[in-house]
Amino acid sequence: MTTLPIDNTLDDPTKRSPLVLGHDDFASVTNTICNVNERRRPPRAWYICFAISSTFLGILGILIGYLFWTGVGVWGNQNPAMWGFPIVNFVFWVGIGHAGTLISAILFLFRQKWRTAINRFAEAMTIFAVICAGMYPGIHVGRVWVTYWLFPIPNQMEMWPQFRSPLLWDVFAVGTYFTVSLLFWYVGMVPDLATLRDRATTKFKAIAYGIFALGWRGSMRHWHRYERAYLLLAALATPLVLSVHSVVSFDFAVAQLPGWHTTIFPPYFVAGAIFSGFAMVMTLAIPARQWWGLKDFITMRHLENMNKIILVTGSMVGYAYAMEFFTAWYSGSMYESFAFVNRAFGQYAWAYWIMVSCNVIVPQIFWFRKARQSILIMFIASLLVNVGMWFERFVIIVTSLTQDFLPSSWDYFTPTWVDLVMFAGSFGLFLTLFLLFIRFLPVIAIAEVKAVMPQANPHADHGGDH
Amino acid sequence: MNDSGTTMAKETMQAIGDKSKNSESSEVKMFGLLAEFETPGAILSAAKKVNEAGYKWWDCCVPFPVHGLDKAMGVRPTILPWIVLGAGITGAILGALLQWYTNAATLELWSGPITVTGYAFLVSGKPFASIPTWIPVMFELTILLAAISCVVFMFVLNKLPQFYHPCFNVKRFARVTDDRFFIVIEARDPNFYQEKTAEMLTSLGATAVEEVPA
Repeated sequence: MTTLPIDNTLDDPTKRSPLVLGHDDFASVTNTICNVNERRRPPRAWYICFAISSTFLGILGILIGYLFWTGVGVWGNQNPAMWGFPIVNFVFWVGIGHAGTLISAILFLFRQKWRTAINRFAEAMTIFAVICAGMYPGIHVGRVWVTYWLFPIPNQMEMWPQFRSPLLWDVFAVGTYFTVSLLFWYVGMVPDLATLRDRATTKFKAIAYGIFALGWRGSMRHWHRYERAYLLLAALATPLVLSVHSVVSFDFAVAQLPGWHTTIFPPYFVAGAIFSGFAMVMTLAIPARQWWGLKDFITMRHLENMNKIILVTGSMVGYAYAMEFFTAWYSGSMYESFAFVNRAFGQYAWAYWIMVSCNVIVPQIFWFRKARQSILIMFIASLLVNVGMWFERFVIIVTSLTQDFLPSSWDYFTPTWVDLVMFAGSFGLFLTLFLLFIRFLPVIAIAEVKAVMPQANPHADHGGDH
Repeated sequence: MNDSGTTMAKETMQAIGDKSKNSESSEVKMFGLLAEFETPGAILSAAKKVNEAGYKWWDCCVPFPVHGLDKAMGVRPTILPWIVLGAGITGAILGALLQWYTNAATLELWSGPITVTGYAFLVSGKPFASIPTWIPVMFELTILLAAISCVVFMFVLNKLPQFYHPCFNVKRFARVTDDRFFIVIEARDPNFYQEKTAEMLTSLGATAVEEVPA
């Protein structure tokens, strides 16, 4: 438990709760946030985490080499489950990547000012998660040297990709999502990079930050277009974020496999993606605010708000699980009914019930204020939600593929050690990038946080003076 | 101070054309004057007055967008949204053309070292031009082109990147990205008279007024 100078979690509708605690001037905000990058050494925990995560990244690199050298047979993917871990992990990571844009775009359009403390974090997390996700289809294709066949590039066979396939829509959706998220993240960061440039103590830092700050000087004429551009990006990213996981769900929903062929998939996938993404933001934000002294910015109120979103989206996911069963029964299709009964009570029942307990039951604890405000409970819950959401993708992909229409082709999917270690390696990639981000880039949107402080209102101090 | 601002503007109207007067007034070539303010409220009311005084070549530099400051400065709305709209429509058309050409046409565009030719792709007897299946890719390209042009043109219209600016030579200007608010009035403004402008800025509540060397 943390002790806060002021409790800003009370819900008194007549008063606006402070979003920044313990800072009454802009300079101290700048100092505290920049200190994350400017301190000579990061906390010891950073070194320990970095050593572990970069080791796993190295192992991932070696295993990718092994995969390329030997072939996709090193994985457990085998007839009938040709989509094993690579696609489960792809969907898992893309899902994680959804919270960032939700926080930066949708909460921005809804004028949820509390987003300013966590948006930079979440956007960074999005980009790194999408990198992890994008890796999997790339190495899953088998012959990696022809991965460019995914893109509409003229090749020696004079053929083009098949645009009636959702797999190709995926290439466009994920590619666009990555590009737009990166732009959004970078544009938001430019003024803060200028802050780091102006505070730089060495020439090298000043030049390095200066190049990426593009000579930003805070001109109001620039801010005017900047704010308009930011609003437009938010408006563009909002339908985009909803479309990406919808398109990912089309990979399944457009197929005719029982358990995949359902129209509920797009909204259900989007809710699940936001759910898992918020859980990952929690998992990362809780230690980060502790180690880097950011509790004044990522306050208990922020954490509580995120817990509420986890509760809502977790319940939506639970509703979707229930509706799948209803639809399967109501359809009268014996294959569809079998697929769902088999999910819950068949050979993968253990995975199904891990999924239900982690995704539906665990978040219900957030109905209680005590749980929403307990760091320990929310941290454990966020980890369990991540586990549950991985199992959701596993359940959807593997149960449907291994037992479809023809019992003679049924089988049991078992991952190999390469599958498991590569998945751990993808966490190494994700965390390595994230730790580098914390070390070198502004972790909280400094300019945005200043703008939501009461002092930033030009009429507030004006009225007070007279 | 408001009055003297407007009279000054009138005086300068007569002095236009005699621009050499401005640069002769100081021996070192000067970019303009930099005035520091401590609060968003102070710069907002000062900016209003500077705008009313008829200055054209001036700017406010602030650590975060101060609400209403662009209006107070008389900044006109940007054309950026129209550019983004145009780019979005282009993206949608491009998406439709791409899918039509690659999957529904047999048109040969180029037969160089690599032949670029359409490939009418027959899959399970589905129509070549299957418009519903085009929608996701058209949508994604709409967003992609709109977002890229939004960012690129925001920077282009802002004339960024611009790594050198005379203000960067002033030491106190480093706090523009921290907690100070600045008004910069450029020497090339026809209303600019070093002493009068400096006087006006001080009277508007500037805590410091400094010359910016060119």
